[in-house]
Amino acid sequence: MSKSAERLFNGLVKENPTFVLMLGMCPTLAVTTSAINGIGMGLSTTVVLVLSNVMISALRKIIPDSVRMPAFIVVVASFVTIVQFLLEGFVPSLYNALGIYIPLIVVNCIILGRAESYASKNPVIPSLFDGLGMGLGFTVGLTAIGIVREILGAGKVFGTQILPDSYEPITIFILAPGAFLVLSMLVALQNKVKRHIALKKGEPIPEPAEGCEGCAGCGRAGSCAGGIFPVESKTEKKEND
Amino acid sequence: MKELILLAVGAAFVNNVVLSQFLGICPFLGVSKDVKTAAGMGSAVIFVITIASFVTSLIYKFILVPVHFEYLQTIVFILVIAALVQFVEMFLKKAMPPLYNALGVYLPLITTNCAVLGVALVNVQKSYNILEGVINGLATSTGFLVAIVLMAGIREKIEHNDITESFQGTPIVLVTAGLMAIAFFGFAGLI
Repeated sequence: MSKSAERLFNGLVKENPTFVLMLGMCPTLAVTTSAINGIGMGLSTTVVLVLSNVMISALRKIIPDSVRMPAFIVVVASFVTIVQFLLEGFVPSLYNALGIYIPLIVVNCIILGRAESYASKNPVIPSLFDGLGMGLGFTVGLTAIGIVREILGAGKVFGTQILPDSYEPITIFILAPGAFLVLSMLVALQNKVKRHIALKKGEPIPEPAEGCEGCAGCGRAGSCAGGIFPVESKTEKKEND
Repeated sequence: MKELILLAVGAAFVNNVVLSQFLGICPFLGVSKDVKTAAGMGSAVIFVITIASFVTSLIYKFILVPVHFEYLQTIVFILVIAALVQFVEMFLKKAMPPLYNALGVYLPLITTNCAVLGVALVNVQKSYNILEGVINGLATSTGFLVAIVLMAGIREKIEHNDITESFQGTPIVLVTAGLMAIAFFGFAGLI
């Protein structure tokens, strides 16, 4: 069972998709206008991630290597469609708030990234916990950003007023520019912490975080170059194992 | 006609795809180091999104709606887009080598661009007809080109500035994007 715990820890802390890997930036910026939207998006992504990880891991010996990307996409897209209809039916307010970003979970780097780099190579149970850890890490990240933006932009947390009435909300933080500003502060903070740790340990100072440029962190890095449907060879995919 | 122009201006500037809808953030941050590359990426995006919105509108109207499979739109669209990008790449390589040399390297990156799927889904959500869908796609991607070229221009200027250590790299780019987003609010008065 320790392997499962390790997977959870890995997703939540060590390879936190929002703060460390900086994956899935579109929803991170778009839906974090309030803490509750952040949680909703995070949990929807978690559900899709866990289910698709389990399914892909269970099918990993059946899916031929050359068509694995389209197969993964079909699996992920099916679960996204299911989640979309469940939200529409049972939590319509959240469904309306998240809007187009629910179907866009399909193109979230994290999901195909985990499918490619973990679930397609490991048994079902570790893959389940890998998905759960990553998903919860993503949820924590989105909720944290949502809380910051909601406090600054509306003086509220989860819709409850916490700052006194005399506080004049900085509305820009719940609008589009605020997303970029909050995320930039967050990445700067992360750079600072990394530098601090490196200096303390006497290690070389790490390069500043490069965000999506480090698409190498994304499992689709290999397929990006060769396209979703690989035309010629399917080599050099196994190295990151 | 007037509606179509309003639709185009709205999609390109007022609801800019990157700066207010946050679609296509990855290429926006990743491929905006110099103006030439940014312009190449932007043109490739215009090309793909326009074709993709046309094809997905066609498929939605003439295949999914008649057989009542509307709920499969996400699955169908993403597969169609992935196949389409691959097909466009092969076609350009054979038929128009100059264009392929200009856009080729960016094409595979675009499959993973959520803006393409985003536009296709918006077209359905707002029940645009095929012409409106194509115009929406063209305008949205033009907005992307404008944003990424502006960003690349600014990044070329700030490259040699003395920036606080923690803010080097992505953070300063994000701050720049935030300020650009504020500037783009100015377009809201257009409609």
